[in-house]
Amino acid sequence: MAVNGDSRARWRYMDHILTRPGAYTDPEWGEGIIGTLENAKVLVIGAGGLGCEILKNLALSGFKSIDVIDMDTIDVSNLNRQFLFRQSDVGKPKASVAADFVMKRVPGCKINAHVCKIQDKDEEFYMQFSMVICGLDSIEARRWINALLVGMVDYDNDDSLKPLIDGGTEGFKGQSRVVIPRMTSCIECQLDMHAPRAAVPLCTLATIPRQPQHCIEWAHIIKWEEERKDIQLDTDDPEHITWLYRTALKRAQEFGIQGVTYSMTQGVVKNIIPAIASTNAIIAASCCNEAFKIATSSAPALANTIPEGVDPETYDPDEEFAPAPNNYMLYTGDNSIYTFTFGHKKKPDCPVCGNLPKDLTVPGDQTLQELIESFAERPEAQLKKPSLSTGGKTLFFSSPESLRQQTEGNLRKKMRDLMEDGEEVVVTDPAFPTEFKYTIHLT
Amino acid sequence: MLKIWSMKQQQQKSEAAAGQSKKKKVTAAQLRVQKDLSELSLGSTMKTHFPNPDDILNFTLTLTPDEGLYKGGIFNFTFAISQNFPHEPPKVKCREKIYHPNIDLEGNVCLNILREDWKPVLNLNAVIVGLQFLFLEPNASDPLNKEAANDLMTDRDRFKRNVRSAMAGGSVKGESFDRVMK
Ligand SMILES: [Zn+2]
Repeated sequence: MAVNGDSRARWRYMDHILTRPGAYTDPEWGEGIIGTLENAKVLVIGAGGLGCEILKNLALSGFKSIDVIDMDTIDVSNLNRQFLFRQSDVGKPKASVAADFVMKRVPGCKINAHVCKIQDKDEEFYMQFSMVICGLDSIEARRWINALLVGMVDYDNDDSLKPLIDGGTEGFKGQSRVVIPRMTSCIECQLDMHAPRAAVPLCTLATIPRQPQHCIEWAHIIKWEEERKDIQLDTDDPEHITWLYRTALKRAQEFGIQGVTYSMTQGVVKNIIPAIASTNAIIAASCCNEAFKIATSSAPALANTIPEGVDPETYDPDEEFAPAPNNYMLYTGDNSIYTFTFGHKKKPDCPVCGNLPKDLTVPGDQTLQELIESFAERPEAQLKKPSLSTGGKTLFFSSPESLRQQTEGNLRKKMRDLMEDGEEVVVTDPAFPTEFKYTIHLT
Repeated sequence: MLKIWSMKQQQQKSEAAAGQSKKKKVTAAQLRVQKDLSELSLGSTMKTHFPNPDDILNFTLTLTPDEGLYKGGIFNFTFAISQNFPHEPPKVKCREKIYHPNIDLEGNVCLNILREDWKPVLNLNAVIVGLQFLFLEPNASDPLNKEAANDLMTDRDRFKRNVRSAMAGGSVKGESFDRVMK
């Protein structure tokens, strides 16, 4: 059988799912699902261990329009598991090498590569996608894209709702989860699921190291500052790593500790989490299954179901005791195998999705003082010691005292001189547990 | 919930829609710091200073203990808070070179909640209270400056004398310290 880019033959088995309804297909499911799948534009963030798997899986599942964004270049240490890269690719950008590889293997699939930070792109860029899949190792980047997608939701525009599928692995453990922005619990709501890595007490490092890692941390945190204060530590500079390694080794010998090596030094200093190829494969597979289900409605996806035993007519996930839809799958492979899927509940006080800005129209020549006074007339915000800021400006803080003095001059300024039309203002007050957010429309 | 996802993506979308605000929004870290700052209870012995009032993630805290061994000194701590706050603790450093068992000569501070015991539910006030406490009750069992800890443990009077002379800008065992007296 001849297989070429346009032939359906390649998708023969996939078509069994795409052309026949099943027990779990959505009632709205119908003809044209193949078109829906092929037209869905998916953004993949990260082209590393998870990203390589995700791109390959999406292309082989019939997605045809994919964008990938990653600022990193290929390092020789990536080659053991980031299977879209070869020795000759070392030094080249991950996103474009991965995109080219997959496009060559799966004709008809178009992948656009973006070699940059996710923060370099604006809302308009993110608006074009039907969903976003993250394969990242940085919590900060996840929080950024999460806040952006939650902020983009416009109830009058269905296209502004972008499900976020997030995969993460650490050694033999991993998780995949789906966020339907504003509807289900978001990355920020779930932040407590990532326990911060327990740092070694500074005093242990300084006085009684017990492990080779303690000696490396000591060289990194204490000794470098003491002896090479004026040189900015660059964890990619072999000379710097060698210096840390030698310093750590000397200390380890002093305390009779074995096991300090160059590569361990690199690992500790760069905070490298051991990456296991098969964990990445499992988590990426789960993420791509969710993407496929979301795009085709062929089966219920994580976060897009009503919990069992709940009346769909009256179900409101935001109600205090209402169960959350299953939206989080965790996988543990380090002590036999365990997976668990559960519903993580949206936090009413989540700083990202729990409290959304209200529109507020303000005369441009009104002063900040007058605006604050007008809040007193609003029942929800009877402020006592308010603090106000925009994304880039501290408008007025009632406390601490030094900041009050620095910002009280703004009280007499006109609103149009303090901010642009459409900017968001956040108001906090110690008298209220949550903040107030307003999108200010100047007239 | 069910209709969360309709098959809208089949329709070509008009680029005109949703030109919403591309303006910089208040980040979750900024928001949390704003809340923490407005709830700060600074006694008369503490003062903040913001080199750039529009950047509330970076500031200095000045401590002027009015009791204890470090009474009469002025100690400045820089606070550098990352966008990962409160998932990550603030980075706090003492700007002066001081003689203290829990602060090393580079200004690193040994305070459990700044490292291993940090939790996102803790706030800036907890850190500030912790710092204040270090000056009231220097702790010899958790030393970062071993010499100072040794002195504190073995000869409290000598430790006191060393604190006073270091604060006056003198030296202790050949190590000179910054003058921090009012
Ligand atoms: Zn949330």
